[in-house]
Amino acid sequence: MRIKWSEMALALSALVVSTVAYAMPPSAAMLSNACAGCHGTHGASAGPSMPSLAGQSKVFFIDAMKKFKSGERPATVMGRLAKGYSDEQIVAMADFFAKQKPQAQNTAVDPVLVAKGKTVYDNACKRCHLENGKEFEEDTPIVAGQWLTYLQIQMNEFQSGARKMSDKKAEKVKPLTDADWEAVAHFYASQK
Amino acid sequence: MTMERRNFLKLLGAGAGAATLGLAGCASTSKPKGGRKVVVIGGGYGGTIAAKYIRMMDSTIEVTLIERNDHYISCPFSNLYLGGILPDLSSLTIKYDKLAANHGIKMVQAEVTGINAAAHSVTTSKGVFNYDSLIVSPGIEFRTDEIKGYDAEIMPHAWKAGPQTVLLRKQLEAMKPGGTVVLSIPLAPFRCPPGPYERTSMIAMYLKQNKPGSKIIVLDANPDIVSKKGLFLKGWKKHYDGLIDYRPAKKVTEVDNKNMTVLIEGIEEVKGDVINIIPPQKAGHIAHVAGLVGPDGKWCPVNPMTFESTLKKDIHVIGDSSIAGAMPKSGYSANSEAKVCATNIVARMNGRELTEMSGVNTCYSFLSAKEAVSVTGVYTVDKEKNAIVPVAGSVGVSPDLSELEAVYAQSWVKNILTEMSS
Ligand SMILES: Cc1cc2nc3c(=O)[nH]c(=O)nc-3n(C[C@H](O)[C@H](O)[C@H](O)COP(=O)(O)OP(=O)(O)OC[C@H]3O[C@@H](n4cnc5c(N)ncnc54)[C@H](O)[C@@H]3O)c2cc1C
Ligand code: HEC
Ligand code: HEC
Repeated sequence: MRIKWSEMALALSALVVSTVAYAMPPSAAMLSNACAGCHGTHGASAGPSMPSLAGQSKVFFIDAMKKFKSGERPATVMGRLAKGYSDEQIVAMADFFAKQKPQAQNTAVDPVLVAKGKTVYDNACKRCHLENGKEFEEDTPIVAGQWLTYLQIQMNEFQSGARKMSDKKAEKVKPLTDADWEAVAHFYASQK
Repeated sequence: MTMERRNFLKLLGAGAGAATLGLAGCASTSKPKGGRKVVVIGGGYGGTIAAKYIRMMDSTIEVTLIERNDHYISCPFSNLYLGGILPDLSSLTIKYDKLAANHGIKMVQAEVTGINAAAHSVTTSKGVFNYDSLIVSPGIEFRTDEIKGYDAEIMPHAWKAGPQTVLLRKQLEAMKPGGTVVLSIPLAPFRCPPGPYERTSMIAMYLKQNKPGSKIIVLDANPDIVSKKGLFLKGWKKHYDGLIDYRPAKKVTEVDNKNMTVLIEGIEEVKGDVINIIPPQKAGHIAHVAGLVGPDGKWCPVNPMTFESTLKKDIHVIGDSSIAGAMPKSGYSANSEAKVCATNIVARMNGRELTEMSGVNTCYSFLSAKEAVSVTGVYTVDKEKNAIVPVAGSVGVSPDLSELEAVYAQSWVKNILTEMSS
């Protein structure tokens, strides 16, 4: 919330001529509340294919929005919507959602796959997706407790190459079979 | 050189400064309000969200939500029921008890019959309610006087979800194979610009699967398909080639209920076995009664920052009834407008500066059981024009029919109905 001298002069003139429309630029809440129709109140999604944003890593969030905006990350709607926001507004929203409490959802998971997925996780994901995917680090998002359907969609996109991975990650996940991906999706979704 | 605005305001003498400075843009008083009572009319896409967000932002404000029914049935996705994808309307029906309990909203099931702007009161079938700020989100009413002989029991509109939707579905089920469905679309603006074309797709799907040899004639009063034209035409060709007879610039002005015929501009006759008339529309009845409707006689002009009526002080109009500039009349828009309105009512009641609006719209439409498309937009206020305008680059439609969008759309409706009901 910074104000330039030029704006201040304008504001001062508003004091005299009180008909000049003046309001604060959209707050983080004003911007972010508009996303809730799809992502759920305060970013806690109730729909199995829509990602929860509550508590997500700020760095990842900003990165994701920038990649949507540039078209680097595949998207159905987010590529268009991200173009509606300035870099500053994206940072404000990232901050807003990072502060929200993540809500546990009730994805039905297969316990056999969860157990198998744990092994896949330990071998191929653990280095980056810390604490069973519950912790974020820099641009690595929280994946624990994310909706299963959303995780499956994203993993498909990694596998097909539509969504890019870093070279390091690509190397690490290269040996994974379709069944491994499916199992680790159940594992992540099962984490609360 | 920059400085914190709040400090700047302090410099000017705190509260009084904030009031004079921050609220100069709204139509009414610039003093912080003493009163803390908000009444919301209409428990649909706009009203539920306005009530909820005011309470979430400031739980010292008393909020009463007045709705005529004890439940609400969503228009979004009701076309999927007509197409046979949904077995009934239960997944589209919400109740208000959780919303009221979670947020301390006073629910009143009553019909609002009048608004006294001077006295700041609302008259209902269950007594009078006073307000400091009033939010009106009553949806739409039909301009049935523009269609001579119109009877919704014979030629349903199904443009308010519920018994009308069920009636249309029953008529489709009862129709003989080889029959003709007629769908009439009014001149824009109407509730949900892509809605009639989604309905065309869903009815065509139903006919293809259940009524061999049948067809649907679409009589569109508009000169062309109003929304997502390329995508609808593509989907119709792909799935329903030869089944949809689309006729632009055909305005239905009269109906003959006995002979199941509609008349275009009083001359050209079209016969149907099932006739779905979507009549031209205007703001909800109560908006007319309360004098909130502008010179066009149809919709309510509002301040784009606060959604306060430009005609009546302390009354805000959101959703389909309002003239929200470039934002289309949709459930998503109503949801987004409600939050903008709530934010600034709370700000004003606390003597704080107003916040510029930022809004979103997205409408999904189904073309088949598995494919959907979307239109999106992010909206802001153009201060010079004092109007809601789209942010460049954010408005657009899907590149193609998409199975993935159909999957996301299901979660959209789940999320937005959960927002409204909890
Ligand atoms: C077939 C169809 C498909 C649609 N699909 C989509 C879609 O996919 N996406 C989308 O975003 N939008 C869609 N829409 C549009 C969406 O339904 C509307 O834009 C939305 O409902 C508008 O919200 P509202 O709050 O203005 O009105 P409503 O949701 O209609 O709510 C108004 C409420 O006010 C109550 N009310 C009115 N007058 C009074 C009174 N005097 N006293 C007490 N209560 C009163 C009514 O009972 C009602 O519950 C669709 C519409 C249709 C018809
Ligand atoms: C119409 C529904 C819709 C709206 C509105 C919407 N989103 Fe999304 N969001 C999606 C979908 C669907 C995805 C998956 C990517 C895609 O297909 O676009 C997504 C993905 C995301 C992601 C990536 C999450 C992850 O874990 O991978 C972020 C971040 C995001 N959205 C932020 C936002 C913000 C911020 C807003 C509001 C300005 C917003 N979204 C509004 C539907 C929506
Ligand atoms: C080298 C570090 C690294 C490894 C190893 C790694 N990831 Fe990731 N992962 C990331 C980063 C960074 C992102 C965010 C990338 C982006 O958005 O472009 C990510 C994103 C994801 C996402 C998308 C989440 C979302 O909300 O959009 C999923 C799902 C995922 N990883 C699963 C896995 C799985 C499963 C494994 C192991 C099989 C794995 N990752 C291994 C670094 C890693």
